[in-house]
Amino acid sequence: MLRNARLFAVLVLSLFMATLSLSVAARAADFAASLEKFAADDFTETAAAVDDIAISGSPNAQKVLEALGNARLFFDPQTKKVYIGETDNSYSDAATGAKVATPPAGLQTVRVNNRLRRNIDMAIGTLTLLSPDAGRRQQAADSIFKSRDAATLPALENALKAEKNAAIARTFTEARAAILLSQPDTPRADMLSAVSVLRGRADIGAIAALRSIPDKADADVKAAANDAVAAIESRLKLISYVQNVWYGLSLGSVLLLAAIGLAITFGVMGVINMAHGEMVMIGAYTTFVVQDLIRTRAPNLFDWSLPIALPLAFLVTGLIGVIIERGIIRFLYGRPLETLLATWGVSLILQQAVRTIFGPNNREVGAPSYMSGAFDFYGLAITWGRMWIIVFTLVVFLTLLAALKWTALGLHMRAVTQNRRMASSMGIRTPWVDALTFGLGSGLAGIAGVALSQIDNVSPNLGQSYIIDSFMVVVFGGVGNLWGTLVSAFALGIANKFLEPLAGAVLAKIFILVLLILFIQKRPRGLFALKGRAVEA
Amino acid sequence: MSSIKIGRRGLLAGIIGGAMMMSAALPAFAQETIKVGILHSLSGTMAISETTLKDVMLMLIDEQNKKGGLLGKKLEAVVVDPASNWPLFAEKARELIAQQKVAAVFGCWTSVSRKSVLPVFKELNNILFYPVQYEGEESERNVFYTGAAPNQQAIPAVDYLMSKDGGEVKRWVLAGTDYVYPRTTNKILEAYLKAKGIADADIMINYTPFGQSDWQTIVSDIKKFGSAGKKTAVVSTINGDANVPFYKELANQGIKATDIPVVAFSVGEEELVGVDTSNLVGHLAAWNYFESVKSPINDEFIAKWQAFTKNPKRVTNDPMEAHVIGFNMWVKAVEKVGTTDPDKVIDALPGIEAPNLTGGISKMLPNHHITKPVMIGEIRKDGQFDVVWKTKDLVPGDAWSDYLDGSKDLEADWVGKKCGNFNTKTNKCGS
Repeated sequence: MLRNARLFAVLVLSLFMATLSLSVAARAADFAASLEKFAADDFTETAAAVDDIAISGSPNAQKVLEALGNARLFFDPQTKKVYIGETDNSYSDAATGAKVATPPAGLQTVRVNNRLRRNIDMAIGTLTLLSPDAGRRQQAADSIFKSRDAATLPALENALKAEKNAAIARTFTEARAAILLSQPDTPRADMLSAVSVLRGRADIGAIAALRSIPDKADADVKAAANDAVAAIESRLKLISYVQNVWYGLSLGSVLLLAAIGLAITFGVMGVINMAHGEMVMIGAYTTFVVQDLIRTRAPNLFDWSLPIALPLAFLVTGLIGVIIERGIIRFLYGRPLETLLATWGVSLILQQAVRTIFGPNNREVGAPSYMSGAFDFYGLAITWGRMWIIVFTLVVFLTLLAALKWTALGLHMRAVTQNRRMASSMGIRTPWVDALTFGLGSGLAGIAGVALSQIDNVSPNLGQSYIIDSFMVVVFGGVGNLWGTLVSAFALGIANKFLEPLAGAVLAKIFILVLLILFIQKRPRGLFALKGRAVEA
Repeated sequence: MSSIKIGRRGLLAGIIGGAMMMSAALPAFAQETIKVGILHSLSGTMAISETTLKDVMLMLIDEQNKKGGLLGKKLEAVVVDPASNWPLFAEKARELIAQQKVAAVFGCWTSVSRKSVLPVFKELNNILFYPVQYEGEESERNVFYTGAAPNQQAIPAVDYLMSKDGGEVKRWVLAGTDYVYPRTTNKILEAYLKAKGIADADIMINYTPFGQSDWQTIVSDIKKFGSAGKKTAVVSTINGDANVPFYKELANQGIKATDIPVVAFSVGEEELVGVDTSNLVGHLAAWNYFESVKSPINDEFIAKWQAFTKNPKRVTNDPMEAHVIGFNMWVKAVEKVGTTDPDKVIDALPGIEAPNLTGGISKMLPNHHITKPVMIGEIRKDGQFDVVWKTKDLVPGDAWSDYLDGSKDLEADWVGKKCGNFNTKTNKCGS
C-alpha cells in the first residue's frame, strides 16, 4: 500500500512534469474543467474538484482551496464559471486569477460540509508544506498529523529534508511517524521507531495515532505502542491534576469576581442585596453598548472595548447602587427581611427593564483578540480569556483592599461599620458613607459584569445565575472579611473542579452545597469570623 | 379647558350614557370575535425563546383578520404571561379557558410547562398547540404536537453523522442539560446506538445543571474522549442558555467542527443571535426548518415577519414555523366544521393539511403529531445554517419511540382507536 502510494506519487510527479512540458493553455483548460465541478452544487462533485485541484499543480490551486474553505468561492449558475471573492470585496476569476470588474449577478457560494472541510485542510496542508511562511508550514504539519493521510507521505518526506526550523521538523517527523504507524505494510523497525517518536510527543494526539495501529501489526509493535500509550496516559493524568487546579482557580476567580461586590454590600454593610446579580448584568450590558458603539463608529478600537467599558460599567452600576440605597435601602436598615424583599423586587424590575429595552434575546459581546484562543503550557491547555480573568480578578481584589486601607473613604467606611455612633460623633456623614459604600459594592459588581460578558450569555437572566453562588462564597468565607471571600472563592472553585470529573457536574454542585451546610453548622460565622466589637454591631 | 363647562347633572348623564353605550357594545363585541389564547412566557428565563412565539402568533392572527377573520368573525388574541413559572402555566391556562373562553390555546415551550397544563386542558376540554421539538412518549386528546418528535430530529441526525457525508462517526458523546427532554432523548438515542452495534465504551453521557457556564472540565473530557482514534461527535441536548458558554469553550480549546462536530437539537437561528459564530462554522443542528431554506413561501414569510417586527435583521426559527403550520391547520379545521367547539375541532384536525415553509405540505396525523421534513444544517459565519442534508419525503411524527422497551408496542390513534397509548400486544388502551 505504501509502495503503491509512493508509486502513485512518482506517477503524479511525472504527470506534473509532463503537463509542464505541455502547452500552458491545455493545463489551464484542465484546471478550468475541474473548477467547473464546483458549479454542480453537489458535495460529491465538489470533493472530486478538490482532489483534482490539489494535484493540478496550478499556481492558483492554493488560493482557490482557501477561498473554498472560507466560503469565498462563488459560482455563476448560468455560465458555470467560478469566482473568488477577495477580502477587499472585489472578485477575481478562479481559472485565470484575473480581476473581474463587475461580477455577474446571482452568484452563489460553493457550499462545503465537514467532510469537505477536512479534505480541503488536507489538500492545503500538502500544498503549503514548502511554504516560505513558518506558521503555514507548522499548520500544514499539524493537519497532516491529524489526517494521517498516506498519500501525503512523499511530499512530507521532501519537506522534512528541506526543513530548517527544528520545531517544525519535529512535527514533520511526528506526522511521518503517525502515517507510518497507520499503514499495515510498514516495516517493523520503522513502526518501532515511529512508536518512540510519538511517545516523545506525549499528548492526546499521540495517543490517537498510537491507537490507530492496524490489527495485523507485529505483536511486539503493538506491545510497544500499548506501553507508550500507558506512559503517556500516566503523564497526562499528572497533568490533569494540575489542569484541575487551574480550572478550579479559574472558576474561583469567576466566583470571587461575582462575590466581591457582595462582600462589600452584604459583608461589610450587612445589607442582603438580592439585586446584586442584576448589577453584574447591567455591567455586562454596558459592555455590550460600548462594543456596539465601537463597532459602528470606530471598528479599529475594538480591542480597547473592554478597558473602555470598565470605568463606564463601574460608574453606571455604582450610580444605580447609590440611587437604590438612597431611594429604598436606607429606610430599611436593621430590617433584613424587608430589605430582602425590597431588593428582590428591585432585581425583578431591573431585569424586566433590561428585557424591555434590549429585548429578551442574548446580546453578542465579542472577545478582543487577546481574550480568544489558548496556548500550551507544558501540556496544559490554558485559554487566554480565563487567564486574563484570573489576573483581572486579583488586580480588582488588591485594589479594593488598598482602597479600603489607604483612602479616606475606606477609612470612613471602616469607621462606620465598626461603630456608627462614634463615627458620626467624629463628624463623618454616615448616610453618605452608606450610600457610597453601597455604590462601591454595586460598581464592583458592574466591573464583574464586564469580565463575565466574556464567558457567559449577556441576557437579562445573567445575574440570577450568580446571586446564589455569590452569597455562598461570602457566607463561607466569613461575613465582613475580604480575605475570607478570596480564600473561600478559590476553595469552592477547586473543590468543585476536583469533584466534577468524579461525580458529574450536577452531583458535584450538590456535594458542594451539602458540605457547605455541614460546615456552616459547625462554624456559623464562616472560615474567618470577625472577632470583637464589629460582630455585635 | 375652561371652555368646556359641564354641569353636575350633565356629567352624571354623560357617565350613565357612556356606561350604557359600553354595556351595549360589550356583548356585541364579544359575539363578533373568536378568542385565541397565547400562553408563552414573556418574563423569566424562558422569555428569551417564548417572546418570539407570542409575536409570531400576533402576526398570524393579524393576517387572518386582514383576510376577513374566521367564520365571519374577527380573531382576538388573548396574551397572558406565565413568567417561566410552571405552576403559573396551569393557572394561566385555566384563566384563558374558563374566564376568557378562548377557542384554542397556542403555547408552552418546556416539557415541564406542557405537563403542568395538561390536566387543565383535559378538565376544561380545550385545545393546545405545542410548537417545540420534544422527547415524545406522550399523546393527549387535547394536545396537538406541531414540533418534532424524536424520530423527526434526533434519530435522523444520528443517522446522518453515521453516514459517509457526516464523517462516519463511531464514538458518541451525549451531552445534555439535566431535565426530562435531554434525559428521555438520550435514553432513546442510547438504545438506538446500541441497536446499531455501538459498544458501551464508545458512548459517553454527560449531564449539566441549567445555565451551566463553566464548561472547562467537560470540554476537556470530550477532547480526551475524542482522542481514542475513532471519529467522535457530540449530540447536544444542552438547553438554550448554557449553549453560548459551551460553544465559546469549544472554540477556545481549539475543537473545530472538522475534529469533533457537535450536533445540537436546541440551537437555532435565535440562539445564535448572541454568539460570535466565526469559530463555530461547521457545527450542526437538526431541525425541520431553517431560515436559509429557499422557497417562495419562506421568503414571503421572512419578509412579512421582518415587516411586522419592524426589524430587518429579525431571524426566524423552527418553533415559529410549527406555530404557522399549527395555526393554519386550526383555521382549516374550524372552517371545515363551521364552529370553534373544541370537541368537533379535535375530531376534524387529523387529516387536515397545511403547507410548511420549506415547500412541502404537512399533515396532521391521527396520533396528533404532524409530518415534517428533517434537515441537517451546518452553522455559517453569518449565524445562519447551510442545509447539508434533507430527507426526501416528509417524516411522520411518532409519539412512542420504537427503541424504548416501555413504549415499543404503544401506538397513539385518536381517530380509529380513540386512544393515546394503545398497546398493540395486549390490544388494550392504556399501556
